[in-house]
Parts: sequence; C-alpha cells; structure tokens
Amino acid sequence: MKPTNILDPNYFHKVVDCQWACPAHTPVPEYIRLIAQRRYTEAYMLNWDSNVFPGILGRTCDRPCEPACRRVRTEEKPVAICRLKRVAADHKGDIQHYLPQVPEKKNGKRVALLGAGPASLAVARDLLPMGYEVHIFDREKAGGGMMRSQIPAFRLPQTVLNEEVDLVLDMGVDVHFEYEIDSMRDMLDKEFDAYFVGTGAPRGRNLEIPGREESGKHISIGIDWLSSVAFEHIDKIAGKVIVLGGGNTAMDCCRTSRRLGAESVHVVVRSGFDVMKASDWEKEDAMAEGIPIINNRPPLEFVHDNGKLKGILFQCVEQVEDENGRLKSVPTGEPDVFMEADHVLMAIGQENYCPWIERDLGIEFDRWDCPILNTETLQSTRDNVFFGGDSAFGPENIIQASAHAHQAAISIDLFCSGKDLLKDRPAYGLRLRSSKMGMHEWAYDSEYDGSVRHLVPHVDPSITLKDIKVEVELGFDEKLGLKEAQRCLNCDVQTVFTEQLCIECDACVDICPMDCITFTPNAEEEVLRTTLMASADNVEQDLYVSAPLATERVMVKDEDVCLHCGLCAERCPTNAWDMQTSIINIPSLAEPSLPRARGVQIMPGKNDSTPRTAKL
Amino acid sequence: MTFVSKPAVHHPKLKLNELGLNRRDYEGSLSTLCAGCGHDSVSAAITLACSELSLPPHRFAKISGIGCSSKTPSYFLGKSHGFNSVHGRMPSVATGTNLANSSLHLIGVSGDGDSASIGLGQFAHIVRRRINMLYIVDNNGTYGLTKGQFSATNDQGSTSKKGVPNLYAPIDLVSMALQLGATFVARSFSGDKAQLVPLIKAALMHPGFAFIDVISPCVAFNNHEGSTKSYGYVRDHDSQVVAADLVMHRDEITADYAPGEREDITMPDGSCLRLRKLSADYDPRDRLLASNYIMQKAAIGEIVTGLLYIDPAASDCHTIMNTTTQPLSELDESVLCPGATVLSEINSSFR
Ligand SMILES: Cc1cc2nc3c(=O)[nH]c(=O)nc-3n(C[C@H](O)[C@H](O)[C@H](O)COP(=O)(O)OP(=O)(O)OC[C@H]3O[C@@H](n4cnc5c(N)ncnc54)[C@H](O)[C@@H]3O)c2cc1C
Ligand SMILES: Cc1ncc(C[n+]2csc(CCOP(=O)(O)OP(=O)(O)O)c2C)c(N)n1
Ligand code: SF4
Ligand code: SF4
Ligand code: SF4
Ligand SMILES: [Mg+2]
Repeated sequence: MKPTNILDPNYFHKVVDCQWACPAHTPVPEYIRLIAQRRYTEAYMLNWDSNVFPGILGRTCDRPCEPACRRVRTEEKPVAICRLKRVAADHKGDIQHYLPQVPEKKNGKRVALLGAGPASLAVARDLLPMGYEVHIFDREKAGGGMMRSQIPAFRLPQTVLNEEVDLVLDMGVDVHFEYEIDSMRDMLDKEFDAYFVGTGAPRGRNLEIPGREESGKHISIGIDWLSSVAFEHIDKIAGKVIVLGGGNTAMDCCRTSRRLGAESVHVVVRSGFDVMKASDWEKEDAMAEGIPIINNRPPLEFVHDNGKLKGILFQCVEQVEDENGRLKSVPTGEPDVFMEADHVLMAIGQENYCPWIERDLGIEFDRWDCPILNTETLQSTRDNVFFGGDSAFGPENIIQASAHAHQAAISIDLFCSGKDLLKDRPAYGLRLRSSKMGMHEWAYDSEYDGSVRHLVPHVDPSITLKDIKVEVELGFDEKLGLKEAQRCLNCDVQTVFTEQLCIECDACVDICPMDCITFTPNAEEEVLRTTLMASADNVEQDLYVSAPLATERVMVKDEDVCLHCGLCAERCPTNAWDMQTSIINIPSLAEPSLPRARGVQIMPGKNDSTPRTAKL
Repeated sequence: MTFVSKPAVHHPKLKLNELGLNRRDYEGSLSTLCAGCGHDSVSAAITLACSELSLPPHRFAKISGIGCSSKTPSYFLGKSHGFNSVHGRMPSVATGTNLANSSLHLIGVSGDGDSASIGLGQFAHIVRRRINMLYIVDNNGTYGLTKGQFSATNDQGSTSKKGVPNLYAPIDLVSMALQLGATFVARSFSGDKAQLVPLIKAALMHPGFAFIDVISPCVAFNNHEGSTKSYGYVRDHDSQVVAADLVMHRDEITADYAPGEREDITMPDGSCLRLRKLSADYDPRDRLLASNYIMQKAAIGEIVTGLLYIDPAASDCHTIMNTTTQPLSELDESVLCPGATVLSEINSSFR
C-alpha cells in the first residue's frame, strides 16, 4: 500500500467516528472533554456552532453518531453522546458574551427564508452575523417548525424549544408569522437576493383501503393529529386506539394517546420488529409505557357500521428472505385477524408537498416531487433559490436540517457575492497539535475507562402518563454526566507516526492493548488486512501505512479499535509516535464562538511544507 | 516506563488457544523498564510463545537474578510462581526449583552482567548439570540497571555512550554453552519476534537444558553509534542460519521445501520441530561445526542467529541422577519415611 496521506483532512476526520457520522460534523470528543472539565458553557457553544439546537438535539436527535461510536466496536454500547449534549445545555451558564455580533450596518443583501423550521432558523443564524437582512415567513404563530408542531412536550419541553428558537430570532430576523405562502411567484416578486425553501415535508401519507372514506371521522393522519395536540386543539382521545405504522411518528402518536386518556393503545406494524423505522430507544420507551407493538400485520380493511368505526381487519404475514437476501412479506395462511378500534392514527410516512411552487419558475422537481438540487450546494435549478431540511430530499431530522443549513448559507453567501458556488467553496482543513505535556503527561485524559454506559434516569410513569407536559427523561445529573464523559475515547487525539524516528524496537506493538500496530513487509491492502497482529476485517476502517522503515518493512496501524490510550506513544523511546489533537475545520460561514485551541503541526524530524488545508 | 497500565480490554477477535485463553491471559504486571527496552520485547515474545503452546499459565516457575533483565519475570506470566534471587545466583535457585518440582515449566531470565560477570561460575555449572529449563540471557552488553558500565559480553572496541572504547575481548555465552554441553543453543534478537517466538517455543519443549542468548538493546545506555548491541548494528550484522518452527500437529505441515533445506525432529510430546536451513553450509546437529562457524563469523563481524545447536536425544539432570521427577510436595509420608525395614536394608548394604 502507499503511505497514508494523513494531511488529507478526511483521513483523521474519519477516525473520529462520531464526528464523521454526524451530518453537521459536531466535534463530539472535544465537547465531551469540555464537559469532563465542567466547562458546560463552552461545551454548549461548541455544539451551538455546529448544530444550532444543542438543548433540543440533546433530547431528540436521531443520533447517527452513537451507532458509529468506536465503543460499539471495543465493547458494545456507545458513549451516550446525545445525552451528554443535553448535559451541556442543562448546566451551561450565561452564553451572551459568546454569541456572534450582528452588525448594525447591513451588507445590502436581502434573503427570504420560507418556513421557520430548524433548517431556516439555522440559515438565519449563519447569515445574520455576515450583515444579511433576513426575513422568515411561516404560517404558524411561532418558529420551530415540526420541532414545535410534532415533537411532543414529554420529549421536548417548550421552554427548551423556545429558548433556542428565540436565540436565533433575537439576533435580528424580520419575522412574518401567520403568513401562508401560497405562491412562489409572489415571493419572487418581492425581489429578495436569494431564497431558501425550508418548508419541510408536511404531508402525511394516507392509506387507501376499504372503509377509509366511510369511517373517516374516526381516522386521523398522525402528524396532523400530533400538531393539533401540540397547538392544544385536541386534548383527549377516547376508547380503543390503534396506531398504524412503525416509525418515530407512530411512537409519538401512541405515547401521546396513552397520555390523553385512551382506554387502550396498540401499535400495529405491517413488517417485522427489527426492520421498523423507529429508533430502538423510541420503541423501548413506548413498550416501557405498556404499549404493545404488534408486527407482521398489514391492514386490509377498516370495518365500520354505517360510518361508525368498529375496528381493523389485518392479514397475517411473515418475513421471508428472497434470493437476494432481502426480506419479503409472505402471507402465513392463518385467518385474518380483527382488532377493535374506536380511533385510528395513521403514521405511515410523510411526503414532500409544495403545490404553491408554480412549475414554470425554472425550479424543477423530480417524480417524487422533490426539487432537483446540487447535492453539495443545495442550489435548485433556479440559481437564486436554495432548499434545505426536509423539503430538500424528503423527511429527515433536525441534525440533517442544520447540516443542510450550513451548506446552504455558504452557497447563499457565495451567490450573493457573485462567486462560484463550487470553486470558491471554503475547503475542509486539518490542524494537528501535539498533546504531549511532559513525561507521561498528556493534554487529555488518556487512561481507558472500562465502565459500561450509564442509563438516563426517568420520571416515574405514574406521573408522566398523566400529564403530557412532564418530560419523561430527567437527563444525567452532573455526577452521572461526568462519569459518562469519561467513557469517551478521545478519538480526535490521533496517533501520528514519524517513520524517520522509529528504531523498530517493537515497544508499541507489545504495549498496544488492542493489537492495532504491526511492522510487516508491505503488501496490497487485501493481503495486509489478513496478516496483521489482529486481522483487520472491518474494511470501513482505514489502515494507516507508513513509508518504508530501515528494515524496509512498514508500520501498519488498523484504526478500527484503537483506544487512543496513548500507550504506544508513552512506550516509544524516540517519540516516533505522538498523540496529536486533530481539529477538523468544517467549512462554515459563522466564525467559531470559542477561540478554538490553535493547532500547530508538530512532527519532529519531518520538515514538510504541505499546506494543511485540502479540498474534498 | 508508563504509569498508565495496559487496560484489560483487548481486541474483540483475539484468538483463543486450546485452553480457551488468549494471549493477554499470559501477561504480567506493568513494566517499569525504559520505554523501548529490548527486554520488554523478550517478555512479549515469551508471553506469545507460552500462549501459542497452550501451556497453563500457572504452571511456570520464573527465576531470575539482578538487573533490568532480571526484573522482567514480573512482566510476563503474572499468574505463575517466581523467585527474583541474588545477583548471579539464578542458576542455584533454578536448580533447586527443578529438583524440588520438575512438573513446573522452568524459565530462568538473566542478563549479561548477571550471567557472564558475577554469575559466570553458576552459569557454567547449570549448563553442565543439564537442568531441564529455558535459560534466557537478555544480552545488551551493559549493566543497564547500574547505568551503563561495560559488561563482559561487550565487544572489544565497542564504545560507551560517551565514546570511550571497551578494552577487553568479550565472553561469548553461546560458545561457552556449546563447549559445556548444552543440548539446545540459540541466539536471537529482541527486535525479531518472527525468529524469537518459535525459538522460545522449541526451547520450552526441549527435554533438557535450553539456552537462548537474546541480543536485547538497552535504549538508555547502549543504543548509540559505536555500540555493537544497538538496534541498528544488530540488524545490519545479523546472519541467520537455521529457523525453527514448532509444529504442534503433523498434519499442519503444509509448506514445501527443497530437500536438504529442511529437517523435521520429532519432539517427545509428538510435536515436530521443523528446521529450515537459511545457510547451506550449516548443520545444527554438529556441535563442533557450530562452534567453529560462530567463531569464524564473529571474526568478520557477523552475528550468527537462529537455532545453532540441537541434540534431540537430550537428557536432563533427573535422568542422569536417577532422582524422582515427582514433585517433592507430592511425596507422602510412606515414600519419604519408608520405615525401619527399609532403613536396615540400606544400612546393611553399606556393611
Ligand atoms: C412526529 C414527528 C416526530 C419527530 N421527531 C423527531 C425527533 O425526535 N428528532 C429529530 O431530529 N427529528 C424528528 N422529526 C423530524 C423533524 O421534525 C424534521 O425533520 C425537521 O423539523 C425538519 O425541519 P425543516 O426545517 O426542514 O422543516 P419543518 O420543521 O417541517 O418546518 C417547516 C415549516 O414551514 C412551514 N410551512 C410549510 N409550508 C408552508 C407554507 N406554504 N406557508 C407558510 N409556512 C409553511 C411550516 O409551518 C413549518 O413551520 C419528527 C417528525 C415528526 C413528524
Ligand atoms: C552482589 C551484587 N553485586 C553488584 C550488584 C549491582 N548490580 C546490580 S545490577 C548489576 C548488573 C546488571 O547487569 P545485567 O545482568 O546485564 O542486567 P541489565 O540491567 O543490563 O539487564 C549490578 C552489577 C548487585 N545488585 N549485587
Ligand atoms: S469514543 Fe468518543 S470520540 Fe470516539 S466515537 Fe465514541 S463519542 Fe466519539
Ligand atoms: S493509542 Fe496506541 S496503544 Fe492505544 S490502542 Fe491506539 S494504537 Fe494501541
Ligand atoms: S536501563 Fe537499559 S536495560 Fe535497563 S530498562 Fe532501561 S533500556 Fe532496558
Ligand atoms: Mg545487561
């Protein structure tokens, strides 16, 4: 293999599994270290820069970082990354002095943000400090989008939501609430310099089976029903409730029903339990509240008596693997089952829907009614119109909306300054800084902590099931939070190898608890992977290969299960190994709120002049 | 050294041996040696060899003298027996151990100072007595623990860290062991586990006295330009003659060698020691040839490594003296005190 180019920012970024997996590339280990130092305000601001809604996300994020966390591979359970974010938010102090300055004198450019969901709010956050005049339009009375209208208060208290939404609005957004946008042409006539469409994917899917129309009064679309609950148009549900669907919306529907007085609540899913779209923890929480989830029952018919809903008839199926290994529903031949219901909530998916965008404006759509976009710049086929959040590629989540927003804000800024959206895009960068402080002294807590994941305490169900506004999770208190923070492996403190210094004494090989390091004759990647100290079977994870050493062998490190414990560097007599903190510069319009630790490249013996930024 | 100990967590796919143990179960406590010390690699090689042989980690006795090298038994096989004895006296304690309990695998670890200076007399006699053990010298050409004086194995002309040359010719422990009748003699290098681990395995399975001289650089006091025991110098002057692979089951033998290049020796436990000749004019069964060859190569500055001599028909001290191989602790009263009749028979035999 060729020597690894560790100056490519992607190389070490990928080693920080959580940050790499986070759509907004939140610098997770760095904020966890700040939490460990009880610098909650700074930990919060680091998050705020990346994802704009740390308090909200610390409760509701889909957490793609957690399944990616290295600890899943070194033991089993990931660091409770998401809940640590909440710790930062819960314990932070005054943040005012960290907030960006918004110039009094505007730059003369006006931008319209359509919809006031997380995507638009995050674009506003990025554009305002640059002097843009930002207008937000939304049909609701307040900002927040589905974070307000869909996510139930027992998962996300209104105070937390309001605080983070207002933080952005108070930066000086011109708000136009209770403003129904019914024509994009009209919006374009207002002659803003750029438009950002952040109107979400607002339409819940319907189920066209017999009896649907006749018993319509007793059947609701899940997301419409949830928003009626959120806006307090509905405060109870009577009788037996069946929730159809296996995603997170279904979980919110059933848990909300449980709190609004339903006599019984069942979730019925057409497919198997394992393939349900809902996150594991959402399923666990629903079941812990005594809600049965019934799988492999596709609905056949709404049974009614002259429009009065009686129940639903279900087919019985099982999941069988087809020849391509894909699961397929196959009827089991058992008789159909009937389940009584007085009310049905349909939570079987959401769609993009923007009939108000006239199709002759140069904004093209694909056959699923999603806009055609450049995936990097989020620019539509009309150059001054950008999309982000759920409206861009279909329903996703809040963290994805923030990630889109950063990219869209960069694009809008480039566009308004007459620059090329791709060629002039800021590049990803890398800074490395040695974390060696002295003999056996590192700037991070290198020692491995073997404790198992700590559980977040919950309020007693006897209280939470009675009041929809009581938040179920208590969050980690300071003590638990600090303990959980210790579990982080500091994957951003990189093992950096300088071949010129290595005397091939094997000390690092001997001390490495995870058998990451091998000195071996070079070979092709497939060969190397099977001949290392421990077979490197996880091809998702890179091999770090050095240039040839004195013996003509190479150093090969499998990044897969490295604990970043620094023992290799402690044992190295020549400092050929050094633990260096990597700071990945994720392009963003906004200046960082914290003076990020300035990184200088320390690579003893190596005198290279390669620039530290590279384009993706 | 490090202050952070190596955590118990290990690679999720670490192989288990026939006892269901992994290599990490054969480790010892946290090493206090200098970072990069060759001795730590020797400990790691012993760990690896014992686990690959699936030997029970609690059935070892580790004996040593004094020196950085002699500290190392603490750093491997942490669940076994050990005796860190007096400078140069490891052989006496090892001899006693083996006489008292020959069912334990016996490993003696010593240094070049421990064995070639103060303990030279002890060394000579344990070789001569054929104690069934693995005797390892971590040879760094210096007294590491006392901060870098020349040892008796240091080559003439090799310099100290400050550039002062050594005026005396070295003692070569390998040549001495050959001359004194050792039945397994090898030399290796701490920086070459591919060679060292199989040698340790073969030595542990050897039914007599096995000696391995491991050149093991002292990074603190003898790893500079001018030293002949540095990582760089040894790599540049290493001349490998015979590689040994211990094959536990015959059916595992797959590689093909041209005739004459290899030789299989059946071990007492049925395993097979496969020798691969890396030098055509070398025969590891010929003691005289081995001695000459090593000296000839030394004269031109080459360090001969590999399995240098083996006598498969080796015997040990217990066989020679016809002493019991049953551990003394297991002998019961009836055996130890056979009674008046036996005593009178013995007495009458002297009349
Ligand atoms: C039940 C449910 C639970 C969810 N739970 C989570 C969760 O726990 N975690 C998570 O990360 N994500 C969750 N999501 C998804 C998440 O809410 C969305 O992905 C996210 O809000 C998308 O943000 P957005 O800014 O793109 O659009 P939205 O949040 O949908 O905001 C769009 C805004 O545009 C306004 N708008 C739309 N059309 C018009 C118009 N014509 N005129 C005026 N205003 C208009 C709407 O009123 C709305 O305020 C959940 C979704 C649902 C349905
Ligand atoms: C009887 C006695 N004499 C002298 C010493 C001092 N002493 C301690 S270690 C040592 C030399 C050790 O050298 P070596 O065996 O090569 O071990 P190394 O540290 O090099 O591994 C000496 C002379 C001692 N401890 N006891
Ligand atoms: S251990 Fe810490 S840095 Fe590593 S992936 Fe998990 S949370 Fe991220
Ligand atoms: S930091 Fe070094 S010693 Fe620790 S696991 Fe990673 S490679 Fe091994
Ligand atoms: S002084 Fe030399 S022999 Fe002793 S521990 Fe340090 S490097 Fe090893
Ligand atoms: Mg020595």
